[in-house]
Amino acid sequence: MRNFVAANAAIGSFIIGVLFIVAGIGAIWTPYDPLGISFRDKLVPPSPGHWLGTDEFGRDVVSRLMAGAATSVWISVTTVVIAVTIGILIGVTSGYSRGWFDRIVMSLNDALLAFPGILLALGLLAVLGANKYGIIVALGIAYAPSVARVVRGTVLSIREREFIAASRVVGNSEAYTMMRHVLPNCLAPLTVLTTSMFGWVLLAESSLSFLGLGVPPPAPTWGNMLASARPYIGQAVWLAVLPGLCISITLLGINLLGDALRDRLDPRMRDRT
Amino acid sequence: MLRFILARIAMALPTLLIVTVSVFLLIRMVPGDPAALMLGDNADPASIAMLHAKLGLDKPLPTQFAVWFGNLLTGDLGSSIASGQQVLPLVWSRFLISAQVVVAAVLLACAAAVPAGVFAAWRQNGKLDIGCVSIATLLMSIPTFWLGLLLLLFLGLKLRWLPVVGYVGIAEDPWRGTLYLIMPILTLFLHEMGVILRMARASTLEVMRLDYITHARAKGLTEGAVLWRHAFKNSFGPTWTLIGLVLGNLLGGVAVVETVFTIPGIGRLLVDAIFGRDYPVIQGCMLMVALVYVVVNLLVDLCYPLFDPRVTIE
Amino acid sequence: MEKNLLSVDSLSVRVTGIGLDVVKNVGFTVQAGEIVGIVGESGSGKTLAARAAMGLLPPGIATTGGSIKFDGEEIIGIAPRRLRQLRGSRIGMVFQEPMTSLNPSMLLGHQLDEGLALHRRLPEAKRREMILDMLQRVGMDQPERALGAYPHEFSGGMRQRIMLASVMLLRPALLIADEPTTALDAVVQRDVLELMVGLTREEGTAVLLISHDLGMVARYCDRIIVMCRGEIVEQGKSDELLARPKHPYTRKLLGAMPKRGADRSFPKEEQPIVSIRNLVVEYPGRQKLFKRDPAHRALHGIDLDIAPKQVVAVVGSSGSGKTTLGQVVAGLVKATAGEVRFDGAPIGRDQKAYWDYRMNCQMIFQDPYSSLDPRQTIGQIVGEPLRHVRDMGTAAARQRVVEVLEEVKLGADYANRFPHQLSGGQRQRAAIARAIVRRPRFVIADEAVSALDVTVRAQILDLFTELQNRHGFSCLFISHDLGVVEQVADRVIVMDKGRIVEEGDRSTIFDAPQHPFTRKLLSAVPALQAAPGGGVRLLWRLDAPEGDPLSSVQKPANRPA
Repeated sequence: MRNFVAANAAIGSFIIGVLFIVAGIGAIWTPYDPLGISFRDKLVPPSPGHWLGTDEFGRDVVSRLMAGAATSVWISVTTVVIAVTIGILIGVTSGYSRGWFDRIVMSLNDALLAFPGILLALGLLAVLGANKYGIIVALGIAYAPSVARVVRGTVLSIREREFIAASRVVGNSEAYTMMRHVLPNCLAPLTVLTTSMFGWVLLAESSLSFLGLGVPPPAPTWGNMLASARPYIGQAVWLAVLPGLCISITLLGINLLGDALRDRLDPRMRDRT
Repeated sequence: MLRFILARIAMALPTLLIVTVSVFLLIRMVPGDPAALMLGDNADPASIAMLHAKLGLDKPLPTQFAVWFGNLLTGDLGSSIASGQQVLPLVWSRFLISAQVVVAAVLLACAAAVPAGVFAAWRQNGKLDIGCVSIATLLMSIPTFWLGLLLLLFLGLKLRWLPVVGYVGIAEDPWRGTLYLIMPILTLFLHEMGVILRMARASTLEVMRLDYITHARAKGLTEGAVLWRHAFKNSFGPTWTLIGLVLGNLLGGVAVVETVFTIPGIGRLLVDAIFGRDYPVIQGCMLMVALVYVVVNLLVDLCYPLFDPRVTIE
Repeated sequence: MEKNLLSVDSLSVRVTGIGLDVVKNVGFTVQAGEIVGIVGESGSGKTLAARAAMGLLPPGIATTGGSIKFDGEEIIGIAPRRLRQLRGSRIGMVFQEPMTSLNPSMLLGHQLDEGLALHRRLPEAKRREMILDMLQRVGMDQPERALGAYPHEFSGGMRQRIMLASVMLLRPALLIADEPTTALDAVVQRDVLELMVGLTREEGTAVLLISHDLGMVARYCDRIIVMCRGEIVEQGKSDELLARPKHPYTRKLLGAMPKRGADRSFPKEEQPIVSIRNLVVEYPGRQKLFKRDPAHRALHGIDLDIAPKQVVAVVGSSGSGKTTLGQVVAGLVKATAGEVRFDGAPIGRDQKAYWDYRMNCQMIFQDPYSSLDPRQTIGQIVGEPLRHVRDMGTAAARQRVVEVLEEVKLGADYANRFPHQLSGGQRQRAAIARAIVRRPRFVIADEAVSALDVTVRAQILDLFTELQNRHGFSCLFISHDLGVVEQVADRVIVMDKGRIVEEGDRSTIFDAPQHPFTRKLLSAVPALQAAPGGGVRLLWRLDAPEGDPLSSVQKPANRPA
């Protein structure tokens, strides 16, 4: 079992590493122009010229997958950063202040959580408009409440530990205790949450793009590539298979990495061995 | 017990109110004039003013809310700008279509995943356990829209076992209606099975370490009795909560599967309304889904004491 | 030779994943009706050795050799079906943690009936009658009501009685009791043990009692087995083993039992360093939906003086308010009324008075696993209080940390380690170092040694006494363990339900207790008397009947016959 866990962690890290490298390269260089239309080359199956074939406008699939990776990773990372920042601010202040402030903030937070995340994002997109920035803001707001919940819960449980009382007895101020003892101990659960959230956001972004509510064509993302492949599913299998495979492998990597992190960082799991 | 139920319902009311207010505010947050947006750039001022009056946009915000909320309580959600249909019956009929897919998928997923998860936990670290966890993680990682496309490709196009796209109401033609529903249900079923299995396994493992499990074994009970009578019931709480969340989330995210299989459900209705800037329909769909989500979670919470008698009102 | 009920021969148990032997070549016997104790510290393998006898080793741990015979039948490799017939019916087991050993979602009636229905072919009415009878015997007031209740409706002591009832219902030939009272209050502990011994005597059930508490085992067991690091180091008749211990480890265990320290006297006229006047603490009731629960009063007007260099111990059972008292004095909980004075000045008077007190009052916590920030090094943790010391440079602070680490016998190289790299005893040393690094004049120790193993506890107590003598800080020593209190305290305060019921010098409280509650607490603690064989004899202070002129130390009626 130990080997199984270790292997999963290694596979997960490898997949995420490759993803970031490909996205990094895709942002500055691709074999062909991902937007370069060439009707002469449309729906070419995988071949030496186009390793993974071309789409209905003759655009190179490898180039579009790389550019798509760059877009998806950029959107997901930005969104996660926004959600985590907002979530930490709300969660920490609320968890540490307690009292009426905590109660009001958490009721509002819970009301936001009463929407399924994707529905909230859809509603916000209706307002913000379907584009890259709309997605980032909509998903950022949609997922921040979950972060706030986790952070607040962690802060509350850490507050009960004896080393917080010890810090007070020493004469440290509340702010110092917060920064020096509470926050660093929130890092472990936050790391686990951030990893899973990267997966949720990536999936949500692809879903929205698939629905046509994400990054508008012709700019490629894995989601909108799948959406435009749907009519050609009978003739050009590779168009429907490849972007989905990319998303699935990425999500698998994130899930494996998240599990491994949870095993490593969750104190309950650590105590068990 | 009655007090517990009433208190829990009372706790859900503010949430519902905030949900309603946010849905109402949504349409007011649109940059620019929604009426102008809906009617397009070339609309004449008269028809814009007419739409304003119809939507109540010419009155102050609190009045607008009061009127809108009053109408909401009588079941009047306005009518669709695109088709002129009444919103409530439209949303309701589409919701029922989505609900049959989602509910069937979740029920099947529970039936398969919960026993599998408990079993995997029992065989912790054994071959079967590792197999179950691996498959579950894999299933969880495949997005539904791709899984749907793959099923479409193999079951529909290659093997020709099932009709590819379209929808027929079960009431009209039970046989064909069912055929059309198989693939969407299968798609959601496979995905959610992974999620539920992992949760069922994790919470069972949590319980299996406790003394009362050893106590049950020390009484001479069979492993089956230990597992089902003692471990299962105590570990089911977190899974039960998760099932409620999954059900609600699916209703929000079902648009993707409905797009793949061209099913006229509430998700597709919402997405089309967003495309068409059909604000009354957007509001109706969001209210409907959020309401169902809150109610489902309320019911889940109300059932919780069945698994854990220690739970009462906070 | 008598017929052995349980005979374990050269048993070895291994953690299979890492190939670590946790029980090595262990052999012992239990005869029918006998009470045998296994004593050892954590990691001694005592629990695993006993669990192996029921085939109940946790996953990942397996027997690798030897034999376990129960009533002549080999247990290792026995068919699962046959093993299940023995479990519950012939061998019963009672667990340490009453909070988790009963199924929280099953009615007690069902749980009690489960084993009975499985093993005895009896009509339901007859089984119910037996259950009610057994519940009465373990001291349940309303057995009928208990049948329809869930475990969480009962206190820990009650649950342990119910647990005992559930096991004794089947009148097993052997009862394995794994630290059955460790999680309970001292007073309840004794009641439950007496009950267990009484019941098993009546039914003729043999008992294998596993415990870390040598005193307790010696009181109830015919024979004692001492285990250390997976091996049996010594076994023999209780009195003999105690009086003439052969193995060094047994001697170490005996030496670790708390002994009374030397009496010290304190001049009466000196001003107390800390004085507490009419201290009241009330916790507001929980806010329910429409109303608030009534307030809970944890302390009812406590008065207390602590002289310079004096160690004042507060004892009481859980819920007595002793921990709350410590927290108020430490400034962690606000008092509802009353005041704390330091050097004669109320600490709430102004910022300066409070800060003066804050700098001079430090605290040692109970759980060394939770009292050290896992993300800081020992050096950072110990040095943190110094940031409030004016005119102390970085170099001087570092020097002080090294100095203090050496005082607590950890040494300077521990400064760079993290808490999880230390053992429980070492962590508690680091916690003590943090408390004394500023050279405070007053230290609060809240159950500071309760979470530690017996021999480690003795070392930490010695260290504490040494440091207290050297630096002369006063101490409020909070503990539920009277043995420990007898060793370190100059004065003793006995608390019950938020009030002080008795206070006095150590010798007064331990030799001539007045209040019935104090006497009950004391009846659970042995006094040690040196035996000619180099070991000890245990003397038990018994409850005297009401109004009896008290001769507090009596020769024990060693076991209820």
